[in-house]
Amino acid sequence: MRNGAVTGWLLLLPAAALLVLFTHWPIVGSVWDSFYSTPKGSRPPVFIGLDNYQAMVADEVFWKSLWNNLWFALGTIPVSIALALAMALWVNSTMRGRTWLRMAFFTPTVLPMIAVANIWLFFYTPQYGLLEKLTTALGFGTHNWLGSESTALACVIVVAIWKEAGFFMIFYLAALQSIPPSLSEAAALEGASRGYYLRRIVLPLLMPTTLFILVNAVINAVRMVDHIIVMTKGGPNNATSLLLFHVYQVGFSFWDTGYAAALTVVLLVVLAVAALGQFVFLDKKVHYQ
Amino acid sequence: MKALQRAWRMIAAGFACFAASALAQTEISFYYPIAVGGPITKTIDQMAADFEKENPGIKVKPVYSGTYQETIVKALTAHKAGTPPTTAILLSTDMYTLIDEDAIVAFDDVARGADDKKWMESFYPAFMANSRTGGKTWGIPFQRSTIVLYWNKELFKEAGLDPNKAPATWAEMVSTAQKLTQRDASGNVTRWGVQIPSSGFPYWLFQGLTTPNGVELMNAAGNETYFDRKEVVEALQYWVDLGRKHRVMAPGVIEWGTTPKDFFERKTAMMWTTTGNLTNVKNNAKFDFGVAMLPASKRRGSPTGGGNFYVFKKATKAQQEAAVKFARWMTQPERAAQWGMDTGYVAVSPAAWETARMKEYVKGFPVASVARDQLQFSVAELSTHENQRVTKALNDGLQAALTGAKSPEQAMKDAQAEAARILKPYKK
Repeated sequence: MRNGAVTGWLLLLPAAALLVLFTHWPIVGSVWDSFYSTPKGSRPPVFIGLDNYQAMVADEVFWKSLWNNLWFALGTIPVSIALALAMALWVNSTMRGRTWLRMAFFTPTVLPMIAVANIWLFFYTPQYGLLEKLTTALGFGTHNWLGSESTALACVIVVAIWKEAGFFMIFYLAALQSIPPSLSEAAALEGASRGYYLRRIVLPLLMPTTLFILVNAVINAVRMVDHIIVMTKGGPNNATSLLLFHVYQVGFSFWDTGYAAALTVVLLVVLAVAALGQFVFLDKKVHYQ
Repeated sequence: MKALQRAWRMIAAGFACFAASALAQTEISFYYPIAVGGPITKTIDQMAADFEKENPGIKVKPVYSGTYQETIVKALTAHKAGTPPTTAILLSTDMYTLIDEDAIVAFDDVARGADDKKWMESFYPAFMANSRTGGKTWGIPFQRSTIVLYWNKELFKEAGLDPNKAPATWAEMVSTAQKLTQRDASGNVTRWGVQIPSSGFPYWLFQGLTTPNGVELMNAAGNETYFDRKEVVEALQYWVDLGRKHRVMAPGVIEWGTTPKDFFERKTAMMWTTTGNLTNVKNNAKFDFGVAMLPASKRRGSPTGGGNFYVFKKATKAQQEAAVKFARWMTQPERAAQWGMDTGYVAVSPAAWETARMKEYVKGFPVASVARDQLQFSVAELSTHENQRVTKALNDGLQAALTGAKSPEQAMKDAQAEAARILKPYKK
């Protein structure tokens, strides 16, 4: 018995060591650094208490990024989950060419983000971009999509949805295939309509998957940075600056590592609260009893 | 037994030899970014190999390190970890940042010979403006650029303009652009007259407007900015008016990366961009094009840009000396000329333009010399302590004005207030 426990711990050790080294230790380090000033050249860091956090309250770009991130999350999460579900239901039915369809839906996930963002950059290009060709053919005027504060964030949201929906579809598809066919046969025998079957049987059975996807979607919304760098660099006038992009800029463009650590802590707290909320409050409601 | 001993002795001797040769060898690492098209990696590797052949005691390890931004992130992170590269090409504007991080040494402190001094004097003064501060030379110009105006000669002819004459003043640029802007029956623009990109680093292109308007954006000590001066606001007003009042340029923020493509697609008749794009335009424009200096307001003028050699402080003395030798070798007139022809960057010294090959090249492709001729009117690119942060304050202000969120006065007043706040600790 004791032997078993030792073996268990030993088996856990490699993963635990990696987790501590690359996740837990950096978190502790960030919290620690956030109370210190940024070392500059020969000036060592000094303890400054909550100064970094006070600076954050006055930092307009931080607040703007926070709001942008909120809108980004609200814009991407519900739509990409709904789309993923619709696509999964569609490609789960028996029909010709569904392998191709599944592959087509999944492709955006496989493509490298930087390349994709560059392609979308040309979609949005004024005058001869794909989107402009469409709108001018329909008789609308031209619009500078990524260059206006009013539309830039929406454009970035569309790319994120396109990228994410296919990824989430795979989880839904796997969950759908684990629903025993006897349930649908039984429902058919009882005379339930397809809509009723979907609403009362399929969706409740998919709830644990939905929770999992929701957690992932929230994390993705907060850690979005690559296509911002390629498409807008946070511009125009911070209209597309998201939290992680702001952290990156403060940390690696301004080299204000102390303040960047404080921003990172806030980011972590936001994520932790979101994840905790989802698990504690939703977990009870997702399992079908 | 004897045989075994002999074998040992031979191995020991072998090690001694190896150690001796290792001692005689100085290895230097060299980080370089790539910011323009073409087979740059191959060219750099070849240059390093050629250098090693001529200097057998030195081994150069070139490391391609991504964009300028990625390169400085890598170099400074390595510096903080204690093992920086020996030398690197970084933006000339990063000078103050590198000094503040105590990451680099001045070239004059490593190379004290009289001919070293002469070498540091051999570059265009416009390039040295971003390479010197406090009486010391911290950077050596390597791949430097400036902004020029490209124009489509065919479209000029179509619009009834002289295809061989670019607008020389601000007023001329507006009137020329008005003739070149094309609208369809329902009033939608199908081609713009001019395009000045404003994504990413609008401050640099903005200097192409403020310099001609007779104002500099910062002092030479890099601890004061002048964003709210009257001439600066005027320059921004002119830029905003191109899009909003004269309607000869797309309103809002214009993407830097797609601007050359807009030009190739004839969606804009004129564009402002770096000379580093010259080779790109030469290869991709399917029409006759011209290159001109930026139009003047009170005077001519444009900022310089691009990258310098820096030598890192934490390298050994022998490595630093080897690095200076390498930088000197890389900036020899012949080599600087070749680098300029391969990339479109401005060859960094007058002597490079006097080489036979460069003269030949300019004869066949005269527009290559426009950037050089503009150098006499050029000023330093915006660079201060806390450079990226100060620059961002200005960039945000410029984009706010261009998108119409703020008036030019308000935008520049806010940017100046922010910059003054950031630079406060550096004013003694």
